[in-house]
Amino acid sequence: MAITEFRADFPILKTKINDEPLIYLDNAATTQKPQAVIDAISAYYTADNANVHRGVYTLAARATAQYEAVRDQVAAFIHAPQRESIVFTRSTTDSLNLVAQTYGEQVVQAGDEIVVTAMEHHSNLVPWQQLALRKQAKLSVIQLQPDGQLDLASARQLISDKTVLVAVAHSSNVLGVTNPIKVLAQVAHQHGAIIVVDGAQTVAHQPVDVQALDADFYAFSGHKIYGPTGVGVLYGKLSLLQTLTPAQFGGEMISDVTWERTEFAPIPQRFEAGTPNISGVIGLGAALTYLQQIGFAAIQAQEQALTEALLNGLLAQSAVTVYGPQSVAQHGPVVAFNVAGIHPHDLATGLDLGGVEVRAGHHCAQPLMQLLQVPATVRASVAFYNTTTEIDHFLTTLQAVKEFFQR
Amino acid sequence: MSLLKLNALYQTVILEHAQAPHHQGELLGVQKTTLNNPTCGDVITVQLVVDADKINQLQFMGTGCTISQASASVMTDVLLGHSVPEAQALIAEFSKLVMGEPISAASQKELGDAAVLGSVAEFPTRIRCAMLAWHAAAQGLEEASKHE
Ligand SMILES: Cc1ncc(COP(=O)(O)O)c(C=O)c1O
Repeated sequence: MAITEFRADFPILKTKINDEPLIYLDNAATTQKPQAVIDAISAYYTADNANVHRGVYTLAARATAQYEAVRDQVAAFIHAPQRESIVFTRSTTDSLNLVAQTYGEQVVQAGDEIVVTAMEHHSNLVPWQQLALRKQAKLSVIQLQPDGQLDLASARQLISDKTVLVAVAHSSNVLGVTNPIKVLAQVAHQHGAIIVVDGAQTVAHQPVDVQALDADFYAFSGHKIYGPTGVGVLYGKLSLLQTLTPAQFGGEMISDVTWERTEFAPIPQRFEAGTPNISGVIGLGAALTYLQQIGFAAIQAQEQALTEALLNGLLAQSAVTVYGPQSVAQHGPVVAFNVAGIHPHDLATGLDLGGVEVRAGHHCAQPLMQLLQVPATVRASVAFYNTTTEIDHFLTTLQAVKEFFQR
Repeated sequence: MSLLKLNALYQTVILEHAQAPHHQGELLGVQKTTLNNPTCGDVITVQLVVDADKINQLQFMGTGCTISQASASVMTDVLLGHSVPEAQALIAEFSKLVMGEPISAASQKELGDAAVLGSVAEFPTRIRCAMLAWHAAAQGLEEASKHE
């Protein structure tokens, strides 16, 4: 089956926006959902809805089995050595906060150092910054090379024996780069630090092997990988998860409670207090099954072709500045840019009137915007269901909008 | 895409104000009120001087999109010379206008060029851009009346 045929699986892509066919180029913010995911959620509520890990009755067992099967699926998807390493959360943000509130609270001490990078999304920056403030630890920032790639020399200089934790995006949601996690993990581990990886922008675009990367924690969101909102994943090395006291308490996460004390449930239930997002987890499972049907080989080939058309098309236009590497060899499916003299908001509104949905703003990376010396950028990000015709249409609409404002 | 749609939001008056904003620049030694639009990072600073119950100086600084720049420019034109209560009433009327609520013909007239920004009502994601300078002015007026 040709990759373009999968486009038909996404009902929303038939929508019109401002009387024009929808051209959805904000996939880095959230991806659209295939019918298979919508159906799985609907089927769960239609036929299988019950609370998990509680009832002895058949329906509850069915819901629990479906929910737990997705844990196996996720473990296989990111090559985790065992299912117990997979904790379901609300989102990437929730996963990263979980690490800050457990490992961070329990391990980081005054005078310790936490290292992040200059390209972090607020959700992989603010939890560490606030932790550092609470603990009187120091937060240092790995710098970037002029083309937006991570400066490994800066990383090697900053990560020291004082470092306890390195937090880094696997791929940037602005610059389109993918970071050398394996190397960073090695450097962190040499100094006795752990590495926390934000995989939000990576898991939908390339195969991830948490063991090969040697990541200690790895976080991602269901909604950026064709699944529903409100469900996220935290992978943690078993040896680390075993040392952590949970930060949230309540139902599901206990094995025995008296007035005086509580024995916690085994890992990973211990970190999933309360009724989880059951339909969300089931939807995520359907999304992973769907992705595997297409296969990463086809997805990567298509997304690379789209990125190339997008990147080269933008670079060929006058007055356009593209942030991050200028060559598709180093640039992933997220392309941030500006047009001289035209504010990103005005460009995005103009494009929207042509049915083209792109993001304009700081992309939850205000410190990075400061580094790039811009208040905001426009960002176009592709998914495998986009077409080169759509990229062409985006480029001609952009040209028309530019001419409108430059007249 | 039809450029007619762009013309509906970005009318000539708006483009002109954005290209050459009125009362832009710093008033030395005057208290600043700064507001930002968290969705885009735009920042606008408003400075005003109330003398004998009239706004007799009013300027803004900062960069932003066409809508926020034009709106700041027309805001200064509209509010200058008014008393604090009059200015507060005009800000309330402008707010209604960009939210798409009806306002009186008298208010329309008082708002002058600002009335053109009523077109923003059809672009809900841009209402914040249009309101930024006016919110800053409202805050500045509140601070100015406290000091009296
Ligand atoms: C790199 C990166 N990290 C973290 C996040 C946060 O994801 P979520 O809002 O799903 O928690 C995002 C997406 O907004 C992102 O692009």
